Amino acid sequence: MGYLLTNWAYVGTLLLQHLWLTGSAMAISVVIALPLGVLLARVAWLRGPVLGFLGLLYTIPSLSLLVLLIPVLRLGYWPAVVTLVIYAQLVLVRNVVVGMVGIDPAVIEAAHGMGMNSWQRLVQVELPLALPLLLAGLRIATLSTIGIATIAAFVNAGGLGMLLFDGVRTSNHEKIVIGAIAVSLLAIGANVLLRRAELWSQQSRG
Amino acid sequence: MSMSIIVAEGVTKRFSSDSRPAVDAVSFAVNPGEFIVLLGPSGCGKTTLLKMINRIYEPTSGQLLIDGVDSRSLPVTQLRRRIGYAIQQTGLFPHFRVEQNIAVVPRLLGWERPRIEARITELLDLVGLPHDFRRRYPRQLSGGQQQRVGLARALAADPAIMLMDEPFGALDAITRARLQDELLHIQRKVHKTILFVTHDIEEALRLADRMMVMNHGQIVQFDTPLTILTRPCTRFVEQLTSANDVLRRLSLLTVASALGRERPPAAGGSADLPPLRPQDDLRFALTQLLGAGESSLPVIDDGREVGRLTLADLRAMLPSTVAGLEGHVPVSGA
Repeated sequence: MGYLLTNWAYVGTLLLQHLWLTGSAMAISVVIALPLGVLLARVAWLRGPVLGFLGLLYTIPSLSLLVLLIPVLRLGYWPAVVTLVIYAQLVLVRNVVVGMVGIDPAVIEAAHGMGMNSWQRLVQVELPLALPLLLAGLRIATLSTIGIATIAAFVNAGGLGMLLFDGVRTSNHEKIVIGAIAVSLLAIGANVLLRRAELWSQQSRG
Repeated sequence: MSMSIIVAEGVTKRFSSDSRPAVDAVSFAVNPGEFIVLLGPSGCGKTTLLKMINRIYEPTSGQLLIDGVDSRSLPVTQLRRRIGYAIQQTGLFPHFRVEQNIAVVPRLLGWERPRIEARITELLDLVGLPHDFRRRYPRQLSGGQQQRVGLARALAADPAIMLMDEPFGALDAITRARLQDELLHIQRKVHKTILFVTHDIEEALRLADRMMVMNHGQIVQFDTPLTILTRPCTRFVEQLTSANDVLRRLSLLTVASALGRERPPAAGGSADLPPLRPQDDLRFALTQLLGAGESSLPVIDDGREVGRLTLADLRAMLPSTVAGLEGHVPVSGA
């Protein structure tokens, strides 16, 4: 652990970079996935094609997707974030759709019958009721994003992947181990926090 | 007669999947304060007709006048906020507390907070729920209590018209009977125009000022319960009501009163049959007999078999009407 003691500031910076990459990627992902999921929940015939396409993107190995983006987005933050956003879409969009489509039809009928308009129904009824599944999707997508974000180092976007790549290149096992443990701890922490949010969303209905 | 609050003129609904219209050129008028029960077998179009009144379904042709105004001339959300709506599955919002559920329509209408609070208290009293239920979630209530909340929610903004789609259909018989009584009690206070869908003839007879009997998308007879029972206008109406008339009479008699005088000693081999008790009513006994596919069932009192009730015993209780009962009896609503 000598490396950590002498380089804690550097490791800390990489950890913050990793958090920033993951956090901003997830924020952008949700901003895209939420309206897209709502659209698919409302327009049934779009579901197959759109989810199929997202599934196709999901099957592209992350490293090759990143490399494919370099000519367009150059190096640094953006190709990394775009890659992460693309990977998160399938899980997020699918969970929004499943969460909304799975709502008891009687509840939706009651919302109609009482004179809610489309927006009121979405905000007051559908999204709150889909929230547990939405948060479950967010948790799963966040965990895989934390993992995939290690390859950001490959395009000079920083993050804990730096320790792994450096460690491999210089045969520095200590760096590899510290990098791996840091990524794992980050993932475990995110899991605990998001799981708690998920449970809270399920409990707030008796 | 005062002006009709609901008038239907040639209202038809066709679903693209069906060749026959679900509701076929129906015309009728309802007076303010009337309790109308729509009765008929499943698929007769009663629910479709009900849901055209608040435009959950749009009529394919024809016209519905609410308070003399074409229902299509209003924005649909405005129309619905003026019409109470209660359904069998309640459709309570599971993430809303009882008070929030009741407050949905008043909030949509932009009522002031104190007015909503006062209204919630008033409605809890009206539907017979304790005030400390306000903060509960629907899942913490029994089926009957949920249906009371559903009723309070439908009444919340004091609509002149209430649409109720088999609201008590999923409840046990005792709870259902109690809620029927209370609905009548409430109706005597609030004088709503109620359209109530059911396939249970007893419920219809109990609640209705007038019954709208439907079949194949058309109104077969629209009259008072008494007229429908005594002067059914078609064989269909007669069948719909008379078979059940028998059951209704049976429900007033007990197993003990039908049991033969001789009490044969307890016979073995009846352990797997559902036993009857002397205080059970004969309608229940008949249901059990038909359900078990037996011609007789043991009657158990204090853990001891005191006799066997047979279909013949049942028939003897009602000599004129129960003949031919062994074949097939429509046990609707049971």
